[in-house]
Amino acid sequence: MPVTVARSLDDALSALEEHPNALILAGGTDVMVEVNKGTRPVEQVISIGRVPELQDWEHEGDWLHLGAAVTYTELMGEELSSLVPALAQAARTVGSPQIRNAGTIGGNLGTSSPAGDTLPALFALNAILTIRSKTTVKEVPIDEFITGVKSNSLNPGELIEKIRVPVLEGPQEFCKIGPRNAMVISVASFTLLTDHQEKQVKSCLGTVGPVPIRPTEAEDFISGEVNWEQNTVRPEVLDNFAALCSSAARPIDDHRGSAAYRRHAIRVLSRRAASRVFSEEIS
Amino acid sequence: MSDLKTETPVSGPRIGESAPRPDGVPKVNGSFAFSSDLWHKNMLWGGTLRSPFPSARITRLDITEALLIDGVQAVLTHEDVPGQNLYGLEHADQPVMAEEIIRYEGEPVAIVAADHPEIVRRALNAIQVEYEEMAPLTDPELAEETDFIHPDGNLIRRINLRHGDQEVQGEIQVEGIYEVGMQDQAFLGPESGLAVPGEDGGVDLYISTQWLHADRSQVASCLGLEEERVRITLAGVGGAFGAREDLSLHVHLCMLAMRTNRAVKMIYSREESFHGHVHRHPAKMWYRHHADSKGNLLRVEAKVLLDGGAYASSSGAVIANATCFAAGPYRIPSADIEGVVVRTNNPPCGAMRGFGAVQTCVGHEAQMDKLARALNMDPVEIRIKNALKPGDKLLTGQTITGTAPVAEVIQTCAEHTSTCQESTDPMSLPGGAGRTADPEHISRGEAIAVGFKNLMFSEGFDDFSSALCQLENGVATITCACAEVGQGFVTLAQQITREILGVEEVILAPAATQTVGSAGSTSASRQTWMSGGAVQKACEEVRVKLLEKLAVEHQVDIDNLVLVDGQVTSLNEDFTISLEEATSEPLEARVEYRHAPTFPLDENGQGDAHVSFAFSAHKAVVDVDPELGLVKVVELITSQDVGRLLNPLQAVGQLEGGAAQGLGLAVMEEVLVTEGNIRNASFTDYLIPTALDMPPVEIAAIIEQPEPGAPFGAKGIGEPPSISSTAAVVAAIREATNLELPRVPVRFTDIVSVEED
Repeated sequence: MPVTVARSLDDALSALEEHPNALILAGGTDVMVEVNKGTRPVEQVISIGRVPELQDWEHEGDWLHLGAAVTYTELMGEELSSLVPALAQAARTVGSPQIRNAGTIGGNLGTSSPAGDTLPALFALNAILTIRSKTTVKEVPIDEFITGVKSNSLNPGELIEKIRVPVLEGPQEFCKIGPRNAMVISVASFTLLTDHQEKQVKSCLGTVGPVPIRPTEAEDFISGEVNWEQNTVRPEVLDNFAALCSSAARPIDDHRGSAAYRRHAIRVLSRRAASRVFSEEIS
Repeated sequence: MSDLKTETPVSGPRIGESAPRPDGVPKVNGSFAFSSDLWHKNMLWGGTLRSPFPSARITRLDITEALLIDGVQAVLTHEDVPGQNLYGLEHADQPVMAEEIIRYEGEPVAIVAADHPEIVRRALNAIQVEYEEMAPLTDPELAEETDFIHPDGNLIRRINLRHGDQEVQGEIQVEGIYEVGMQDQAFLGPESGLAVPGEDGGVDLYISTQWLHADRSQVASCLGLEEERVRITLAGVGGAFGAREDLSLHVHLCMLAMRTNRAVKMIYSREESFHGHVHRHPAKMWYRHHADSKGNLLRVEAKVLLDGGAYASSSGAVIANATCFAAGPYRIPSADIEGVVVRTNNPPCGAMRGFGAVQTCVGHEAQMDKLARALNMDPVEIRIKNALKPGDKLLTGQTITGTAPVAEVIQTCAEHTSTCQESTDPMSLPGGAGRTADPEHISRGEAIAVGFKNLMFSEGFDDFSSALCQLENGVATITCACAEVGQGFVTLAQQITREILGVEEVILAPAATQTVGSAGSTSASRQTWMSGGAVQKACEEVRVKLLEKLAVEHQVDIDNLVLVDGQVTSLNEDFTISLEEATSEPLEARVEYRHAPTFPLDENGQGDAHVSFAFSAHKAVVDVDPELGLVKVVELITSQDVGRLLNPLQAVGQLEGGAAQGLGLAVMEEVLVTEGNIRNASFTDYLIPTALDMPPVEIAAIIEQPEPGAPFGAKGIGEPPSISSTAAVVAAIREATNLELPRVPVRFTDIVSVEED
């Protein structure tokens, strides 16, 4: 199969214009599993792993711009983990060190798996994707990009150039359950962000629906109940928040876990994450 | 004379010294050649078409389209099997390729050789097979009352062991039903090999295996060749653990090479590998233990049912072990144990490290804890009180004539103080990298378990190993067909040779069928004793020949000759000669070594069926997050009976690796089978412990009590670490949760009840 190794963004876009349906390969940690298994027919490959523009990231004012080929290992680095802690924690749960060195945030978006580890944090952050083709460029909010189980709105000839997320003031948490203590596919995950400026809690449920789920009712409820001066919350608020998060889940049964366990797990994780972020008021 | 020792060690590790593996560094840096790295000029690639159904009838099989593809050199089916289309370790009951009936998912239907792996893939897709699906037999409890799924019937073996007075009743009785899931050996090197057609009409096969000569006799029979025309050479093995005892692609490769008259290479994918080898038998076990009010065991009743899957493999020997060792290393005067292994349309099961003793250890150790609770006794005390010791009888009526430091392994393991701290970092708590727990969510449990099994083959099997020792110009060459699968024979053979011959340089010839007799299987913890014994015997014979020759040639007293540091010296005369000079004419000895004979079990499961036994204990400390059902094993402490320690470094490796495999079975490793179909045939979903799951192994004690009759007094050490570790971990989880947890592996939904949500 022919492979184009792009050395610049323009290279990649030109190749993509010529072969709009080519497989875009970055770290290959998802794609190669399918290729090796023979379940993904490949006619043409465009490798973007050596495109410098896609590997950079930039902190500009209240925004962080992440190139699509930023790796999980880079996300876990000191600087990025202080800017977007939940995303860094999510990146740490991906695969093994070798996988994290190769796999990229753009790849996680491109695969659009319900179990994609960085997706809930990106949903909670309302990430904006820059989608570029040889002739067009547009910004797409993440919840319009991911459209279903392993499907997204990327058109032939387009690639994900970068991801823009806000740098928020306030603690963040990401927790993920798997049947092993590392290197495991998510059974359920929970992301919680605080925005002290807007006095808002943002959260997202992972692996309990076809796409990551924002439990908006739960978010609105807890945001209104938090004592933002003291950073505290009453214990019953945590219980209600957890119940609301759990009821927002739309999990399925599969060989990795039952729907009932996943719903239960979301309740436990959401309460624990919130109590890490807010102190419980003693009544 | 065999007691003579050299005074100064020649360089290179000898008996009792740590010998680093010669393949250690190459395996880490990637330069070791595994069987999957084999290459031959002009070779073809082979592949296998497998049934997607666990039970079906083939109604049409058409290879025409596949043969028309450019680059396809051969497409073969059962019709092309030159000899008997059946093979098997104990009974030839498994077809090389299915004829009409499919008995398990993944059963081979056709094989292909082509110029390129991609052409192989296309050819396999082009073979047209029509199946008439049949309802699979998947419940082993129904096997005996269901229509036969194989001409040999659905019962593979039943053993009714009755020992002692059958009327005994205990004042205290505890009962339980336990289950063990299907574990995979999870070796990292998938099945692979290379067959090269021979000029004599025979074939040369290079393959990773556990027993070259047993492979040869089965392959020759399927190929319709004399054994001498099938030459099998060991290729680099990427782990075995029992999964390479049965044939996999052996006959397929030879058939393709002989048909095309070209070398053919084949490698299974990971998914295919899960269908290409046997697994550990899933078990369902019922136990009733009887004791008096002081905690003395009086009687054990048990029924052990193993699911053998579609073909017999080594199931008959596995159920013998499960039955004989069903009650653990305890002194029990009365027993009624029924062991049954049946055939189903589930994946075939066979050998895996621990071989039947792993499953029953989960049962008997849970029972001992139940008994301790019922008696309000300390679980360590009740174990020590009932521990087997030399002179005691096993459930089979056999008296233990060798060493049995059971109380010692329990005591030392129990007394070893835990060094692990309370964890605070979420990464080191249950949930690990997922950071799901904080310290206040965790409850800790600690428990001990003890287990044992037989060493070597049992029940009257003619168990032997062969070795050739050649000594020339001061260099020893050892030829032995012992399969090195990671257990450490390559270092041990050199250590033994240096010890006996006082030489520095020891060359290990390739393990192959054409140069030496059978070494038997690298399984049953037997090669240190058996092939170690053969090498020892061959070296001793060469040493005697050398000394006799020197005594005559130089008129010196043979009784005062010693081999010291590459020299032969007389203790009382002025005589010294270098080994190099003394062996300018080569000396050699070719030997067979046998352990003491064993005998079949009688109709009551009684008899001196086993040679020797090895014992181990584990103490596990676990942290559990009861609300999420997640577990982290924070410490594993072990004591093991080894007879005598020959290579301390390798022993530590065995103790750590076996414990990791046992931990895996306790908390995560299970081949999930639904209606006969494997649902997790990948390392994405068949999970084995990572560095965040496996704690450091603390060795409390290595008990050295030399075993009478064993070469150097050493017992095999490979299997015990995987026997008691599983039981210890699950017992510790019970301690942490107060749950019964009768099934391993423990899943998160076994710990957390989700119905309430």
